Amino acid sequence: MTNETQQSSSRAARWRTVDIVVAAVLAAAVGVIFWAWGLLWNAVDPAFSAFPPGQAFMYGVWMIPGVLGMLIIRKPGAAVFTSLLASIVSALLGTAWGLSVIVYGLLQGVLPELVFLATRYRRFTLAVAMVAAAASGAAAVFLDWFNWYREWTLGWLATYAGLLIASAIVIAGVGSWALVRVLATTGALDAFPSGRERSEIDA
Amino acid sequence: MTMAVTVAAVDTGRLARANPLAKILACFVLGIGALLSGDPVTPALILAAALGCLSIGGINARAVVRRGWPILLSAAGLGATTLLFGDSDDPLLTALAVTVRVLAVALPGLAVLLTIDPTDLADSLVQHARVPARFAYASLAALRLVPLLALEWQTITAARRARGVEAGRSPVARLRLFWSVAFTLLVGAVRRGTRLAVAMDARGFDSTGPRTVARPQRVRPSDIALLFGSLVLVAAAVAASLALGTYEFF
Amino acid sequence: MISGGGARVRARGWGWRHAGRRSPAVRGLDLDIEPGERILLLGASGAGKSTLLAALAGLLDPDHSGEATGELTVDGRDPRTTRDRSALVLQDPETQLVMARAGDDVAFGLENRAVPRESIWPRVDAALDAVGFPYGRTHRTDQLSGGEQQRLALAGALALEPGLLLLDEPTANVDPGGAAVVRQAIRAVLGSTGATMVLVEHRVAETLDMIDRVVVLEPGGGVRASGTPSDVFTAHGESLAAEGVWVPDLPLGTPRRSAPGPDQLRAEDVTVDPGLHGVSAVLTAGEVVAVTGPNGAGKSTLAGVLGGLRAPESGTVRGSADLAGPDADVPPHRWRAPALAARIGMVFQDPEHQFLTARVRDELAFGPRRRGAPDGDVARLVDDLLDRLHLTGLANANPFTLSGGEKRRLSVATALTTSPPVLILDEPTFGQDRRTWLELVDLLAAHRSDGGSILIATHDTALVEVLADRVLPLDAGRVAASEVAR
Repeated sequence: MTNETQQSSSRAARWRTVDIVVAAVLAAAVGVIFWAWGLLWNAVDPAFSAFPPGQAFMYGVWMIPGVLGMLIIRKPGAAVFTSLLASIVSALLGTAWGLSVIVYGLLQGVLPELVFLATRYRRFTLAVAMVAAAASGAAAVFLDWFNWYREWTLGWLATYAGLLIASAIVIAGVGSWALVRVLATTGALDAFPSGRERSEIDA
Repeated sequence: MTMAVTVAAVDTGRLARANPLAKILACFVLGIGALLSGDPVTPALILAAALGCLSIGGINARAVVRRGWPILLSAAGLGATTLLFGDSDDPLLTALAVTVRVLAVALPGLAVLLTIDPTDLADSLVQHARVPARFAYASLAALRLVPLLALEWQTITAARRARGVEAGRSPVARLRLFWSVAFTLLVGAVRRGTRLAVAMDARGFDSTGPRTVARPQRVRPSDIALLFGSLVLVAAAVAASLALGTYEFF
Repeated sequence: MISGGGARVRARGWGWRHAGRRSPAVRGLDLDIEPGERILLLGASGAGKSTLLAALAGLLDPDHSGEATGELTVDGRDPRTTRDRSALVLQDPETQLVMARAGDDVAFGLENRAVPRESIWPRVDAALDAVGFPYGRTHRTDQLSGGEQQRLALAGALALEPGLLLLDEPTANVDPGGAAVVRQAIRAVLGSTGATMVLVEHRVAETLDMIDRVVVLEPGGGVRASGTPSDVFTAHGESLAAEGVWVPDLPLGTPRRSAPGPDQLRAEDVTVDPGLHGVSAVLTAGEVVAVTGPNGAGKSTLAGVLGGLRAPESGTVRGSADLAGPDADVPPHRWRAPALAARIGMVFQDPEHQFLTARVRDELAFGPRRRGAPDGDVARLVDDLLDRLHLTGLANANPFTLSGGEKRRLSVATALTTSPPVLILDEPTFGQDRRTWLELVDLLAAHRSDGGSILIATHDTALVEVLADRVLPLDAGRVAASEVAR
């Protein structure tokens, strides 16, 4: 790589203020959405939300910040930052799990980050999003096992893992990818490469 | 439905003045100690001792209960599901262990959280933990918007009702409404973020040069003592549990 | 006094095209601003005023955010190298503040500029004092009114001791009382520094005493006119007003009144905790009621209660038999949403909160379609509305991509598509330009002459003057004086 391309690629990798702030506000908004989600399900059926295999079905929602953050911002570290911050906001708003969600946020950001790193932060397609979401799901499965489900039978664990990762792929993988595309049509992402696929508008 | 959403410290006791990083690390140590034990006694000891120290440090018990009831609920739920799905020799004991473990991990963290001022935490992270200033303060600025976003959620929902769209009973309708409101919130949030970034840049936030510190955070001997104390607490709980013959690793 | 005196601005053939747009926002701009001069920048929406301010603040980057032509200098240098000489205050109070405590927010800019710690807090205190900030350093920023927040933002700019003070519609999102205080703070700041100022403001009349010269920008072009206020407004007043600029002393139309009919919606002794205490109000067909009062008086709360979106703790709200039909004994907050939307049209302060679809055309068609109107009728209604609102060219655009004025017109129109008898609006003219304002007044007057009733919660005294049949003043949740009929 020539010096110029080295400089331009390192400049391209540097986070602009708008990258950091929008990633942070995105995390804050997703944190609020989680809070509302919690309210929704507690209102509907508290038993459902306290029943882990039922939870696994909807679990993918919690993987959205990491994947979404990276798909929008497209800078190294976006998945970790957004996921971590969303979990911090969640913790502050008062979740059922206290500060431990922050560890979840961290790992659920690190694993997708590794997937995007493997593509050298150059591919942001649906397929990559789905793999990243699956990785995030795997992180959650591991943490759940370690923290709370060590005493489960292998059968239940496998079912749980399967449901969770499937949910992650659909909701956080396909869902995030679709969400970015719809967001771009509103013009909100004009400052980002993910938004520039919108056709040029007049004045 | 109006929920007061605040993300600022509500406590001003002795613990509030301790260094925020030290407090968080101390809770972390307690949490790890609880997680690494498989029996119910060790986490129970950790929890009891922690709660004791916290009340000495001036924690507002009522605030903890008010904010902490979801934790109690989920601890109970976890205990119940462990009973159902577990395969250990003594299911009741295992379920109890899981329940206490949840409480030991989550409750001290919550109590401490109530004494941490987010600005102090950001300052501490930048000054002591070498977190890049731009990330810390941008996060702080975004955090400030959380109550506004929560309020906006309610406004957007009301606006939909005014246009004739309501959730009703059907879960599908509820999901569609939820998605619609969430999407509108996200659009607004990204726009706000873009405007906030311009405002921050206009005040020199994106300069690559050094930054001075207006609010120096101190690490006092009492903070080191706090951290050390948490290690001692965990060790003591394990030792006591070993002495009682109840200790189980993992 | 600040060091270095006011900054000198010079533009020669300067232009800027934002990335992703086809036409430039500004083109061929020639401008000279002397050190210490105070300029009011005017122009229709989209004339490039904000672009010019952003460029002067050094925030536009030709490498990434667009394309520049010609030359623009501050003190003879590229504005990006003179960032420490300029300070920019923006229009959204809430999204401009960064920190949780007032003093910390002012210190933020100083920290970024690597001002030594010993100098930071004295400068913070001096700045807070200069703008007349009513609270101390530790006051929480989320407990400030819009006007107080803008004063805080101004203090943040002042603490940087700028040579070039740039203000982009600083009172646009602030109520009139707060705006007056902000303007007072600006006067105080100008009195104590020799800084050059470029102000973009649509409440023109009230700012004339602060400025030396008016510069009018041409949309997509350069300077259309430049001179003293009286010169510019005498020569260009009419054409500027036609484009939406709030030219002072130009009349907004004569007050129009209508003949009232039967009652449609009545609130009696309503109490909402917090916000309203024992307030009563009646909406009558063919009448416009304006609810006025300072921020926090309860205007929005009353609108919400009448609109069936908030349940009162005590008191009753009922629709007439004509309005509510089978729900005549049921309070609006218990009406099912489709019935509510058919009877009461509600327009929120932020139009974006109400958008449901991805196309302007679908937004307008939403209400009628849901009520089962045949496609042909719906299409005709939509086309007619698009035409009346001058939105035909944007029929397939995403509602979120519209300009502020266009969004406002669209949100009012969508409330009218189901022809509800009652229309409730919360601050409909907030921050709107003159042209949108006049169009809104037309829309509302038409609804009234069709026999509808209207409730407007507003600060806008001109709107009250032109449109209101009755005024209900509120203060701290109570009716401040008996209702005034006009």
